[in-house]
Amino acid sequence: MITLNHYLIASGLLFAIGLVGVVSRRNTLMILLSVELMLNAANLSFVAFSRYLGHSTGQIFVFFIMLVAAAEVTVGLAILIVMARAVGKTDADALKSLRW
Amino acid sequence: MSDAIWFYTLTTFMVGSALGVVLARKPIYAVLSLVATLFGMASLFILLGAFFVAAIQILVYAGAILVLFLFVVMLLDLSDEAAPQKRTLTLRAIGFVFGAAFISKLYFALSFFPNSPLAIHESMKYGTAREIGKLLFTVYWLPFELSSMLVLVGIIGAVVLAKRKLDES
Repeated sequence: MITLNHYLIASGLLFAIGLVGVVSRRNTLMILLSVELMLNAANLSFVAFSRYLGHSTGQIFVFFIMLVAAAEVTVGLAILIVMARAVGKTDADALKSLRW
Repeated sequence: MSDAIWFYTLTTFMVGSALGVVLARKPIYAVLSLVATLFGMASLFILLGAFFVAAIQILVYAGAILVLFLFVVMLLDLSDEAAPQKRTLTLRAIGFVFGAAFISKLYFALSFFPNSPLAIHESMKYGTAREIGKLLFTVYWLPFELSSMLVLVGIIGAVVLAKRKLDES
């Protein structure tokens, strides 16, 4: 019997894996990718609660989370490209000083 | 019973792909693992009766956002720099501690929560496009309009950031 807790633990596992990725990755693109994984874990949690409570508001919120994630990824990748052009590498430790 | 089989299979596939995202050496493998994770998540959405967000997940998330990631991986030379071994191990240890702390807190919080089955609630309407649309254009019309402006700002910002200076061309 699949309960709400099963879905919440699955969502929590995904979130923790994304968290490990954000902390331990050094390439900026991989950090952005792990942030996307964390957002998806939150989406799963919202949809599970929407089913549990019988109201579609959770799914509306998932819709908006996906929209905001799309806008954020667009701008984040543009910043990454500017960084690759300016500093030459996409390492997270490369931006060590306030001017270069 | 078949519900449980579907759930465990899809969750195992999804968590395995998520581990592949975090542990992959090359960036292209990490992005493709995230695509697999998103497909597993869309299947879980369908299992939960949210058909509209499952379709939107595949079309928008896996089909547009991750394609954007793939373009950036293609255009930039993203070799993972040879980091000193001690530094990588330290980062991974810190990450593992954070992840374990989060999981233990979640388990502790869920132990207070009644073990309620995810049966179909009596007022449940499946999340089709009709139901989502009914709410989206009547009750939540203001966030809808504001989010379209947010996407417009994102587009303009990305174009302004990524284009080269005019005197270089």
